[in-house]
Amino acid sequence: MLTLERLVLSQDDFLLTADWSVAAGEKVALIGPSGAGKSTLLMALAGFLPPAQGRILWHGADLAGVAPGDRPLTILFQDQNLFPHLSLAQNLGLGLSPTLRLTPDQAAQIDATLAQVGLAGMGGRKPGQLSGGQQGRAALARALLRARPLLLLDEPFAALGPALKAEMLDLVDEVAQATGAAVLMVTHDPSDAKRFADKTLLVADGVAHPPVPTVDLFANPPQALRDYLG
Amino acid sequence: MHGFSIADQFRRNLEKDMNTKLLAAGLACIASQAAAETPTLTVLTYDSFTSEWGPGPAIEKGFEASCGCDVKFISAGDGAALLARVKLEGKDSKADVVVGLDTNLTADASATGLFAPVAAQPNSLPVPFSDANFIPFDWGYFAFVYDKTKVAVAPTSFAELAASDLKVVIEDPRSSTPGLGLVLWVKDAYGDKAPQIWADLADNIITVTPGWSEAYGMFTEGQADMVLSYTTSPAYHLIAEQDDTKAAAAFTEGHYMQVEVAGKLASSQQPALADQFLAYLTSDAAQSVLITTNWMYPAKTPAEGLPKGFETLVQPAKSLLMTAADAEAARAPAIAEWQAALSK
Amino acid sequence: MASSAFKISPAQGLSIVIAALILGSAAMVAAWADGFALAPADWQALRFTLLQAGLSAAVSSLLAIPVARALFRRRFPLRGLLIRLLAAPFVLPVVVAVMGLLTVFGRGGPINVGLGWLGLPEVSIFGLHGVVLANVFFNLPLATRMLLHGWQAIPSERFRLAQSLGLPPSTQFRHLEAPMLRAQLPGIFAVILLICLASFAIALMLGGGPKASTLELAIYQSLRFEFDLGRAALLAAVQFSLCAVITLLAAKLTLPQGFGAGLGRSMDSPAPKSWRRLCDVVAIAAAALFLFGPLLAVVIKGVPGLAALPNGVWPAVLRSVVVAVVSALLASAAALIMATGAARNKGKAIELAAMLPLAASALVLGTGLFLLVRPWIAPESVALPITVLVNATLTLPYLFRLLLPEARQLRADYGRLTASLGLPRRTRLRFVTLPRLARPLGYGAGLAAALSMGDLGVIALFAGDGGATLPLFVQHLIGAYRLQQAAAASLILVAVSFALFWAFDRLGSYYADA
Repeated sequence: MLTLERLVLSQDDFLLTADWSVAAGEKVALIGPSGAGKSTLLMALAGFLPPAQGRILWHGADLAGVAPGDRPLTILFQDQNLFPHLSLAQNLGLGLSPTLRLTPDQAAQIDATLAQVGLAGMGGRKPGQLSGGQQGRAALARALLRARPLLLLDEPFAALGPALKAEMLDLVDEVAQATGAAVLMVTHDPSDAKRFADKTLLVADGVAHPPVPTVDLFANPPQALRDYLG
Repeated sequence: MHGFSIADQFRRNLEKDMNTKLLAAGLACIASQAAAETPTLTVLTYDSFTSEWGPGPAIEKGFEASCGCDVKFISAGDGAALLARVKLEGKDSKADVVVGLDTNLTADASATGLFAPVAAQPNSLPVPFSDANFIPFDWGYFAFVYDKTKVAVAPTSFAELAASDLKVVIEDPRSSTPGLGLVLWVKDAYGDKAPQIWADLADNIITVTPGWSEAYGMFTEGQADMVLSYTTSPAYHLIAEQDDTKAAAAFTEGHYMQVEVAGKLASSQQPALADQFLAYLTSDAAQSVLITTNWMYPAKTPAEGLPKGFETLVQPAKSLLMTAADAEAARAPAIAEWQAALSK
Repeated sequence: MASSAFKISPAQGLSIVIAALILGSAAMVAAWADGFALAPADWQALRFTLLQAGLSAAVSSLLAIPVARALFRRRFPLRGLLIRLLAAPFVLPVVVAVMGLLTVFGRGGPINVGLGWLGLPEVSIFGLHGVVLANVFFNLPLATRMLLHGWQAIPSERFRLAQSLGLPPSTQFRHLEAPMLRAQLPGIFAVILLICLASFAIALMLGGGPKASTLELAIYQSLRFEFDLGRAALLAAVQFSLCAVITLLAAKLTLPQGFGAGLGRSMDSPAPKSWRRLCDVVAIAAAALFLFGPLLAVVIKGVPGLAALPNGVWPAVLRSVVVAVVSALLASAAALIMATGAARNKGKAIELAAMLPLAASALVLGTGLFLLVRPWIAPESVALPITVLVNATLTLPYLFRLLLPEARQLRADYGRLTASLGLPRRTRLRFVTLPRLARPLGYGAGLAAALSMGDLGVIALFAGDGGATLPLFVQHLIGAYRLQQAAAASLILVAVSFALFWAFDRLGSYYADA
């Protein structure tokens, strides 16, 4: 379980507080106006921004001082999720063995995972040779391989068309099912939240509100969400 | 030299490195036992002395044939660098003999107290020479060298040179011995009028180079009509290249001399061997080698005389040379005058 | 986070070593001094040093803009070759290059012959303009190459975006190229300024007289002729301070580029036509003529003597190549560690330390090291290791300068991804850092190797018997009046330097493309 305990994040004159938990396997959407701090919150969870106050706990253990790579999570950034000079297989391989010394079993696992996300036989290609959707799939494939119990998505599919994005969200769903991971997904599109997330939390006015069931939130939106939805 | 293959050379260098490491590891006794068989005479000299075309290889061979010793050269830049190195090493220098200072540096060198008195050797210099610590081994006259096919009438004095529109290249007295020689030449010939001569020469001097090589190179490339070098420079072109187009201009003021000397360090562990080497340096055998490797006049003309071709060189009417003490005293002010006059 | 402040990273460790080496050698010299005073002429030397360096740096950086831009956006046969050859002037030994320049711009050279045909008076190359000309000859290619890297670092997606928006070249320039120039030029200017500050031989050979004295000459004089170690140390201190101020200023002026990463797609964007095309052609042709004319002169002069070269030249070549390769590898490793370290740290200390060697007087460094090693070991027995060490140190700043922007970019683009994947140091080096930095690393190592081939300043104090490197060998040939053979040996020196540069540069490209 991920717990944000009276967490305060601060960056220059920006301030964000959060005090809530996410249970294992839960799928949570983060919604709110741009600049409210959705990405900042994810960066803090991923270990790129130390909390000003409060703690981030994983199963009760404080994550402070744990290096980003050692945290129990995989994060997909808005872009630069793949090294452009490495092949897809190598990019995926980094999720299995940080030294890229792969056993035949691991290589087979990579091929299988690529096939699973619809990229069968593309292990030798470089990211530059792929479409945006394919790049997203490759990044998800690596998340699948890393199999961390928490998956953070910082709008990695924002650039994709609705149909493609829907496909990707289904894929995220599959990945989450397969790994049993909890998912925290930043989005600015209410339909993403409705389609994908059990719960949604609103980030607005310096507060990341506790997650509530998505259906309830949109049935009875608070003022800040109404402002955002317009 | 020619007999060694590259691999041979490389192996020798490797062995040298290995020895160093062994020494450093405290196993000096092994190395020194091997070395104790024959005494080693260490000669500190400028590096063109030890080059393939310098006198070093032949002199090493000649002296080793009679001394039952091993001659080891250590080279350090030019004459001035040599003195700097002697000063830096001080009393615990490994060198026994220093070869290649000139008389502009000997006062300074003697003042360090690092040199031991040496027995005078007979010499055939055109001026009287005496120095308790140093013996001359070769000498030359500074002169402006030109190409006879390009300069029809050569100037016969600094005044004529200044009045002409000939372009000359000279060396910097702050970084080279010929440059310093030229400054002392003008100072010795003109005394208080030296600044005026420099001012008159300013428009003839196209540039000042850091050393002799750059200046001589520019001259042979045709960038200048004349270069400050030695009266003996044309002898090289004549004897080695059968090229008689180069000549040195004879100046009525007389020509300043450069006398190259050798001395013995007081700290030497092989004083007798060092004396023997200094004596060998003025022997006919060594002197003959020096003439056609350093392209200078021998300090003592060998029995067989000068090689054919030397008789064509200009003979200055007057030989100029300050005493070591005068040169030492004149150096800084003369350079300052030179600098001030040419900076205008 | 807090605990890392007490640990020393490899980059910080290296910074301390380099600062100790350079400041320590100056301190060794100072410790021998018995008085410290500067002469009035030293102040004049300082003024001239700054004047010629400032002019040279300004002209080199400004001229590099049209040349690099033209090379970036035009495709023509032999373009790749031309870009590789751009390094050639920079890696020429100074004396050889000056002779080449004299052949072209000096008396009886094509420029003056041409002027004669036009009925114009002969132009002398000697003077401040000659010094600037020579410095530009050396540094224009360096500036061009660095700017070209800058242009190539702008993701092609951005150019495609601009073109799809129909932005005219001037607008493209303002939004894409000008920010890159603002980010790159201060650093380039500073590097060239620092290089020219120490250009002792150029100013002396082409300056035309003692008013063209530089600080380095004053150091040479005080060390070699007057043995005034106090003055030498003081002058070295003045040079250090100048370097430090310039480096800090440049670091302050250097702006983050913030283009973000492209996907490394290679794409040729259509270049503008009409008069802009003509300008580009002129810029490339003029630069090529200016840079390769003197080089051609060196080749023409060297060929006749090749047959008569003495055997001794080959061991000298071998010795020089070994020194150059080892120096280059050492400098590359150090520069990689320091550039990635400097990209991680906000402070300027590492950057300053890496740039320090540019202002280090080779003579002071040599003398200081001599004093340092002498109590323990015979200096002549460590001549080659010391040469390697000094060459590696002196070439470090060039490599560092080339790597730093790319290391920063790498960190900005992929720092988080790398961290979130928890890649261990060796993986990061092998699969992320090296492939992404292979190009500038190969190029820089090539420069370092070639520069080490040409250097001879430091070894003079240490040289033993028979251990001559190739430049020293050339010097010996000239000293023995063998000028034709010297020209041939110089040609070999140039050819070997360039071959080394080429090999390293190719290796870098090969690794980057693989």
